Amino acid sequence: MKRTLIARVEDRPGVLNRVASLFRRRAFNIESLTVGHTEESDVSRMTIVVDSTRTDAEKVAQNLQKLVNVIRVEDISDAPAVTRDVALIKVETPDSRTRAELMQIVETFRARVVDVGVETLIVEATGTEEKVDGLVDVLRPFGIVEMVRTGRVAMVRGKSVNKGEDE
Amino acid sequence: MMLTGAQIVWEMLHHEGVEVVFGIPGGAIMHTYHPRSEYGIRHVLVRHEQGAAHAADGYARASGKVGVAIATSGPGATNLVTGIATAMMDSSPIVCITGQVASPLIGTDAFQETDITGITLPITKHNYLVTDVDDLASVIHEAFYLACHGRPGPVLIDLPKDVQQAQAEFVPPVEEVRLPGHAYIGVTDPSDAIGRAAELIDSSARPVLLVGHGVSMAEAEGVLRGFAERIDSPVAVTLLGKGGFPASHALYLGMMGMHGDAQANRAIQEADLLIALGMRFDDRVTGDLSRYAPHARKIHVDLDAAELNKIVAVDVAVHADLRRALSDLISLVNKRDREEWRETVRGWWDESRAVDVINQHRKDMELTMPHVIDAIRQSTHGEAIVVTDVGQHQMWAAQYYRFDRPNAFITSGGLGTMGFGLPAAIGAQIARPDAEVWVVVGDGGLQMTIQELATVVQEQLPIKIALCDNGYLGMVRQWQEMFYDKNYESTRLVNPDFVKLAEAYGIRAWCASDQDQAESAIDEAREHPGPVLIDFQVVREGEGGNVYPMVPSGAALHEMIRRPLPTKVGT
Repeated sequence: MKRTLIARVEDRPGVLNRVASLFRRRAFNIESLTVGHTEESDVSRMTIVVDSTRTDAEKVAQNLQKLVNVIRVEDISDAPAVTRDVALIKVETPDSRTRAELMQIVETFRARVVDVGVETLIVEATGTEEKVDGLVDVLRPFGIVEMVRTGRVAMVRGKSVNKGEDE
Repeated sequence: MMLTGAQIVWEMLHHEGVEVVFGIPGGAIMHTYHPRSEYGIRHVLVRHEQGAAHAADGYARASGKVGVAIATSGPGATNLVTGIATAMMDSSPIVCITGQVASPLIGTDAFQETDITGITLPITKHNYLVTDVDDLASVIHEAFYLACHGRPGPVLIDLPKDVQQAQAEFVPPVEEVRLPGHAYIGVTDPSDAIGRAAELIDSSARPVLLVGHGVSMAEAEGVLRGFAERIDSPVAVTLLGKGGFPASHALYLGMMGMHGDAQANRAIQEADLLIALGMRFDDRVTGDLSRYAPHARKIHVDLDAAELNKIVAVDVAVHADLRRALSDLISLVNKRDREEWRETVRGWWDESRAVDVINQHRKDMELTMPHVIDAIRQSTHGEAIVVTDVGQHQMWAAQYYRFDRPNAFITSGGLGTMGFGLPAAIGAQIARPDAEVWVVVGDGGLQMTIQELATVVQEQLPIKIALCDNGYLGMVRQWQEMFYDKNYESTRLVNPDFVKLAEAYGIRAWCASDQDQAESAIDEAREHPGPVLIDFQVVREGEGGNVYPMVPSGAALHEMIRRPLPTKVGT
């Protein structure tokens, strides 16, 4: 089962290295890790997905919390949350018939074509990982030339807490 | 007030209450060394940076204060690594300050450049590369805070040469360190877990308290004693837990684990409840995990949440400061008299004494290290600070010197660092100048940091060195004797004449090879005001040359190899 952890960390050099070093050191197996800016200028946010059959998510959270630059770690797997994965998928389009067919599929998945080339086009898809997986499955027979996915980012619904301020 | 980075270092060390630092100067740190004498902080010049880290560690363990080690960049910094890892494994609060090449040169493979913050990332609690002299004072303040708050540990500050030279307006940081992430550790309310723990304790017939290093670090010895007496539970200690509960107390059960006391291991295997306090179920403590304490429910109290349920799945995990948790527990548990359990355990004690303890009165035996340790204990009335190296002599020191007070047994537990003993003893003696410090070392480990004999002399430290000289890397040899067909592969040591060697350093030294000589050598050493080395030439193999009992690797705790029946010498 997949568990999703949110870690708010200080935005300063070396913090990602500390987190990655911890995973290696403790032999934690991580499915995905995304890092980005937050609403606070000096705070970054990591979304970490752990396969709990292989790595104990609670151990990951406890050890992350021990890093001095990690402000607060929260396991949001059981909370109502919005999770998103963004994918850019470059697909082969040898002829106009294929292109039309692709457009229709993209429409159905509420994805977008963001670039059209002579023999390829790029699809941008945003959604849950399952939805993006579904689109990838359907596109694969057309010939996927290149693909990049961000990995999961997540946010708890409602008035969020977890700011790491002293209670 | 405008100061250089170098001056700020000493201002801040003074501000943090530092009286002594251990180190060696070098190219990238000499700028910091230059103004030291103006600040009245003592510098102990070691002979190898590993010695600086171990000495800082020994100082910290003996004093309860933060120990400080200083080294230059590159090889100076990498030489600290073993000492830092040792402090990390045993949660010892030290701050290491390393010189670094000037900021513009970082990353260019400059002379004596090494990425010491990268190297020490997994073996420090935290580390810093200071790039702006304006940050220096607050970084040092934060480093000292981190080293000794929460679960203690080593912190390293890497200081580029240009930062040492640059000037900044110095304002001593007065405000409290504010680290939201670090402060978060321990904010969960443990009262629910403590309530459940109390219920388990009340319903237990055969409890055992497991006391680790955390007890003395939390200064919880007093409340622990009251707690153990209230619930009438025997108390087993880990290697680093020694002194956390007095060995002379009626409820004391001895040491647990691989070379622990048989009655302690048996009690753990027969217990219906383990109450683990500030210990971490190290593999040397549990033996075969799948058969560890099979009848016992388990309560684990620790300050570090990551230790809870790490090795042993427990019934109640209490994430709390030990002193607070025990004070809360005392008021919740019923006063009990568990006479039946006490009597059972007492029976095991008597059996252990007869089997495992080398008979101290048999004068016909050759000299063994247990005899030596026991003689030191008798002569010092159990009141010395005992520092050890790692190996057989370490286990014998743990088994035969009984500790009633905390911070009196200083040893490398988690990392098992040979070479720790002598430099750690230097730190301990400097921390406690009036205490009698005995360092028990093997002939293998002593030679890993033997150069620190010069430091002992230069600093005029009256350390008494008890050398367990058996001509082997003894613990490895013991395993070879027991499990590798007596194939003593690469463990035989051709040693120097340790007496002459010590004398060459200016240390009084002599040999002892039988029990009478050993006893008089110990008395003589104690009368000598300066440092002494006694070369105890002890039995090398067999009954008197091996540490018993022993839980072999892969065995359960109760499957101990016991001392074989004594063989008479000379027959």
